[in-house]
Amino acid sequence: MPATWPRLEAPSNGLIRSGSPGSRRGSRWRSAAIAAALAVLVLVRGQPSPAGETLAFIGATVLPVSSAEIVAGTVIVKDGRIVAVGPGPTTPVPDDAERIDVTGKVIIPGLVDTHSHIGGGSGGDSSAPVQPDVRILDSINPRDPGFRKARAGGLTTLNIMPGSGLLVSGQTVYVKLRRVDTMEELLQRDAAGNALVGLKMANGTNSQRDPPFPGTRGKSAAIVRQKFTAAREYQRKIADPDITKRPPRDLELESLVECLEGRRIVHHHSHRADDILTVLRLREEFGFRVVLHHVSEAWKVSGELARAGVPCSVIVLDSPGGKIEAMDMSLATGAVLEAAGVPCALHTDDPVTDSRLFLRSAALAVRAGMSREKALEALTLAGARMLDLGDRVGSLEPGKDADLVILSGDPFAVRTKVLQTWVEGRKVFDRDDPEDRLFAVGGYGAGRDQQAEMCCAGPTK
Amino acid sequence: MSDKAPRSTIRFFAVGLAAALFVFAADPATAAGETLAIHGRIIHTMAGDPITDGVVVVTDGRIVAVGAAATVAVPADARVLRAAVVTPGLVDAHCVVGLAGYLNQDHDQDQLDATEPVQPELRAVDAYNSRERLVEWVRGFGVTTLHTGHAPGALVSGQTMVVKTAGTATVLKATAMVAVTLGDAGRAQGDKKAPGTRAKSVAMLRTELAKGAEYRRKQADPDVEKRPAPDLRLDVLARIVAGEWPLLVTANRATDIEAALRVAEEFGIRIVLDSAAESHLLIDRIRAAGVPVILHPTMKRSGAGEAENASFETAATLRKAGIPMALQSGYESYVPKTRVVLFEAGVASANGLSIQEALATVTIDAARILGVADRIGSIEPGKDADLALFDGDPFEYTTHCTGVIIDGAVVADQPR
Repeated sequence: MPATWPRLEAPSNGLIRSGSPGSRRGSRWRSAAIAAALAVLVLVRGQPSPAGETLAFIGATVLPVSSAEIVAGTVIVKDGRIVAVGPGPTTPVPDDAERIDVTGKVIIPGLVDTHSHIGGGSGGDSSAPVQPDVRILDSINPRDPGFRKARAGGLTTLNIMPGSGLLVSGQTVYVKLRRVDTMEELLQRDAAGNALVGLKMANGTNSQRDPPFPGTRGKSAAIVRQKFTAAREYQRKIADPDITKRPPRDLELESLVECLEGRRIVHHHSHRADDILTVLRLREEFGFRVVLHHVSEAWKVSGELARAGVPCSVIVLDSPGGKIEAMDMSLATGAVLEAAGVPCALHTDDPVTDSRLFLRSAALAVRAGMSREKALEALTLAGARMLDLGDRVGSLEPGKDADLVILSGDPFAVRTKVLQTWVEGRKVFDRDDPEDRLFAVGGYGAGRDQQAEMCCAGPTK
Repeated sequence: MSDKAPRSTIRFFAVGLAAALFVFAADPATAAGETLAIHGRIIHTMAGDPITDGVVVVTDGRIVAVGAAATVAVPADARVLRAAVVTPGLVDAHCVVGLAGYLNQDHDQDQLDATEPVQPELRAVDAYNSRERLVEWVRGFGVTTLHTGHAPGALVSGQTMVVKTAGTATVLKATAMVAVTLGDAGRAQGDKKAPGTRAKSVAMLRTELAKGAEYRRKQADPDVEKRPAPDLRLDVLARIVAGEWPLLVTANRATDIEAALRVAEEFGIRIVLDSAAESHLLIDRIRAAGVPVILHPTMKRSGAGEAENASFETAATLRKAGIPMALQSGYESYVPKTRVVLFEAGVASANGLSIQEALATVTIDAARILGVADRIGSIEPGKDADLALFDGDPFEYTTHCTGVIIDGAVVADQPR
């Protein structure tokens, strides 16, 4: 990772570059955006630069994920990054460091949730089955209690997605759970300052309904193929050396072109084994990069998944009863994928499972045979890789973001508590803080305001 | 960290998966009348302190002895089972399992008829499917008794029952309670207009109870000719007014809980509060009313809606206040359709309840609230031989339920 990786605090920009490299207006738009963002950043509350601040977490059992467990370890953080991780005796603490005694505690990397719906965001509507131009980041409320609960669960990086009711329901967004007030500050960005996003797709029964939606699985695949075929054609045309021959900007196709070029990852909802294989077939045809999500029947096709090298993000549910295409879901999916060598992450699908209980999902996977090492990796580094963030988050190693969770004990024990959550060297959750604790355990005020019940209001005839 | 999961566990889950999904391994049922001796490193009898290195002796479907292994005589012909921890069979104090099925399709969803807002005459026994896969699922996690029936979702949706989870479906109570829902969840559905508000729901409920009281009064007329014609609906309402059956009132917001208590006091009827997400706000009021609470699943979704102020710690709060309380697996319309009380009690045990207290919420305290503690809920001589076996702390995420016994028959013997 380059040492000059821009921080959130660096005024790279405050907005999103939505233009593809083929866009003719991209750079001017970007200049304006930077100016606007600079103005906004001055006003941003609660974002002092952490520059110069050094922290030393001392005495905990450290589970770095990328390396072996360290008993009585030390984690040194500077400027929001990890600079050293090692055994206490061999890891010197800088003189200027603030020493944080976490003796007897356990430190793990901040959890990465590859599939969340917190923040009240929305995706496409019911007007069409394919809407890749729609961005969920335009609809998320950063003040939603869901963010506070997620931090209470030890989550630090999320992929927030629109739902599965459309074949393509829109662009997902990768966020860091910084304690901030605006969407712009939550965004996870690339080196150029662009917001990192994925594309949400789905197949199976969720996205089938009355026209213009597909009524069958075959029709679902045909609609997707048609759209990606159009995107290929658009991709060819916008590369025309003769600028006058290039087509007008098409936001839908532009989004799909980013997938064709591997710059945007497809996050694909899929349950049944044949639906999973359909995704592999479309990937083969169009070459997009894909992460499969939920994968209730992945255990039936683990060999095919291993051969394709397609990563899977698994939902762990402790009880059945959702819908018929998920009837064969199993707690053992993680164990089966591990045995087959398929990269495996877990996700909350919050609100389907509660972000505060994300550790539990991995523990249940361990119950059904997954190794503890792989289960912890499935909550952290495996998910980070599925978001192309494996070099920045997901493990405790020098150079990575100082995203970490302090636990009271074993990560997979029912009585273990998330004590603190840190993002980029800042504490974003502290169980000892009464307000934070409210969101960790619940109680009056942890939800939203209750509104009066107004019968019969609204338009009348 | 060490890999504690034995490879055999993986093999069971992975290789035996398909088989296990459809038929719960081989039929492990023992012959009726067989004598069992179940050794446990810890036996939580729920009738006194846990016993270390204990044994439970079972004959003819009943518990005949329990105590320290050194003090209990085990018949020579007994089949011996061993477990790290033995508990009473778990009691799910409220669910819709068996009326609601695994697939969540119309054909296996009989928990709610939304055609009318008030239907107390609907009996749970007429809709319970003992061979439903969802019953088998919860049984695999140690649940031996269900309080199941008509779901929240209508003002008066129907009756509930208490039944064991074995395929033979021993019915402990054909009618246990009558389900009432207040608040948003109890509003009329479809093209029905009433009840459309909280206040209207309460008014309608009071009207129904008044009708029941009137019917009861007239049925008592010494002149048989003057008694009204039999009416199934009014008969149920009359029994409620008479105190024969309690209302199971699903009410999450404090407003609705207060309304339920107000109605109970007006008519002098018995009620049990159900779900009660905001019960932690009304501790003194509920305790003064002497009303038990069948609390929502600890992990109930709290993101939005009437349970948004739910707390992981409510079970502990109620317990500390001395309010009779049990945990339920509940009912949700989407994933998961039902939950498993073993898991819900586990999370409660991590949020203020001791292991013993958490176990009580899904064993003896649940049995007491359901009025079946004379038969189930603890490991004591004379009680039904319903037991759950575990390979560790029952509430640890990574512990397995290794055996389930109902009426002395082993109904599950694979690690779950």
